[in-house]
Amino acid sequence: MKFRKLILANLFRKKIRLILTVGSFTVALFLFTFLAVVRGAFSRGTELAGADRLVVINRIGLINSMPIAYGDRIRQIPGVKFATHNNWFGGVYQDEKNFFPQFVIDPENQRQVMTEMRVPDDQWKTFVGDRQGAIAGRGLAKRFGWKVGDRIPLQNALYGPTKTWEFNLDGIYTNDKEGGDESQFWLQWDYFYENVPDVIKGQVGWWVLKLDSPDDAVRVGKAIDEKFANSSYETKTETESAFAAGFAKQLGNIQLLITTIGSVVFFTLLLVTGNTMAISIRERTSELAVLKAIGFSDRFVLFFVLAESLVIALIGGLLGLGLAILAIPAVGANLNGLMPPLLLSPILLGLGLAFALFVGVVSGLLPGIAAMRLRVVNALRRV
Amino acid sequence: MVRVDGSSDAQSLIRVRGLNKTYSRGGEKIQVLQGLNLDVDKGDFVAFMGPSGSGKTTLLNLLGGLDVPSAGSITVAGDEITHMSGSKLTQWRARHVGFIFQMYNLIPVLTAYQNVELPLLLTKLSGSDRRKHVETALAVVGLADRMHHYPRQLSGGQEQRVTIARAIVSDPTFLLCDEPTGDLDRKSADEIMALIEELVGKYGKTVLMVTHDPLVAARAHTTLHLDKGVLVEGKASSRESVLAGGAA
Repeated sequence: MKFRKLILANLFRKKIRLILTVGSFTVALFLFTFLAVVRGAFSRGTELAGADRLVVINRIGLINSMPIAYGDRIRQIPGVKFATHNNWFGGVYQDEKNFFPQFVIDPENQRQVMTEMRVPDDQWKTFVGDRQGAIAGRGLAKRFGWKVGDRIPLQNALYGPTKTWEFNLDGIYTNDKEGGDESQFWLQWDYFYENVPDVIKGQVGWWVLKLDSPDDAVRVGKAIDEKFANSSYETKTETESAFAAGFAKQLGNIQLLITTIGSVVFFTLLLVTGNTMAISIRERTSELAVLKAIGFSDRFVLFFVLAESLVIALIGGLLGLGLAILAIPAVGANLNGLMPPLLLSPILLGLGLAFALFVGVVSGLLPGIAAMRLRVVNALRRV
Repeated sequence: MVRVDGSSDAQSLIRVRGLNKTYSRGGEKIQVLQGLNLDVDKGDFVAFMGPSGSGKTTLLNLLGGLDVPSAGSITVAGDEITHMSGSKLTQWRARHVGFIFQMYNLIPVLTAYQNVELPLLLTKLSGSDRRKHVETALAVVGLADRMHHYPRQLSGGQEQRVTIARAIVSDPTFLLCDEPTGDLDRKSADEIMALIEELVGKYGKTVLMVTHDPLVAARAHTTLHLDKGVLVEGKASSRESVLAGGAA
């Protein structure tokens, strides 16, 4: 392209300003991508939730339990194919920083309900026959370097006096869904039942149901809540996605927070780049006038300004995305399971680049139009 | 042959009739040019003189299609430019006018070669053809050996030479020079004027020049004075007689 030299020469005329503007793009793009990844991590539970699954919790709140006897009554409701129960275990592995979710599961129904989480049959068989057995997600096992056969001690203070529970790692589960959770640790209901105080025995945290059809979700949910209405343990039944969204909301309105920060980043970047372009154009008023005098059209002048602003956006955007590609896995690895996995998808990278180019065009537009409208006679008189 | 009475029937290269230009400033109307007539033939070298604010630069801007008149017409090589749209006028300027400014107005981040190449970027010439034209233009102004220098690496006179090369590289119909020596010392000014004379004498260029300097104006074929918005033909004065007058 024959105008390349002119565009690049103008771009590099103030190197420090160029570095600072590109730098602001880089930081903003990194922040944009990082926030989008965090937002995605919190909403992934909602996106990946089974459309044909319901979650039943105590109406008062998730930390309140329900009798295990509800299971049979839930299974009698037409439309319920399988029902499995879970409890929060809340143990500590070596150090409190090593957080990961630990669930007491119902081995009879777990695999029928959570079909995307796959355990090899031989490992599952060992687990079912081993009261102290445990299954870990592939990501969790990788994080701590566990392998099948390892002995895993977890210290627990939630159920009676603090004590160490010993588990045998009998299997590793994988998740069929891309980006699906592989950070859980499952332990046997029977082992849990035997070791908790009497007041907790026979109490489950929540139920997860597999339905015959997603179309039954509203009817079945209503039927369950009506069945246990006015009892000591009233229920609240919702789809798995609504449950996941509600769980994420316990941390505060993450979506709003991230959207707000993202908007601030966007407008700040717009102002910084727009201001830089405006100053740059103002400094070159006489040069633009000369270009127009020798025959460059108004559209050409607008094109030059937009091209400069787009090149800044492209370089800054690519650097920011490159930084995100390098930094996000490192940040994720140091979160110690405190957050869902941080996944940077190609779609997000594409969106980031589109965001950068959009800001580039918008920030160059006003100075570009001003340059386009510049009257040669007036501009030359200012020299 | 240059005429200012509007009586010429001949088809001049530049033909100006009844040119008026009025500005509004603070609600007051200022008439800068009043019914001005002018005929300039191909190969003429005309100097415009006059006190500050007499309208010399305004006239040059109108002739170069940088401004539009309040009334009257300007015809160049058969094209009447006064009614052209902004974009048409831009295209016309690219094809017909070479500008030489007092302050050179080179792009500081481009080399002499790249500055001279600018007008050719608007043409369909190939890269190698553009190179030939640029090298020729720079050779004409005597800067073939400085083509890769940036403006900051050149003297004022050399910068003005680059401006002249940029003005002639696309072989325009005529050149407009606004105080081409106004920012130069006498020696450099002489060199620039010698170059402009060479463009007229050797290459047949038509040059219209605004200047305050009688010595510079004396190099032109004709000197016209702008007085109260009207052109008055000056007495033909040789460089020697101007110098003699200045000495006296």
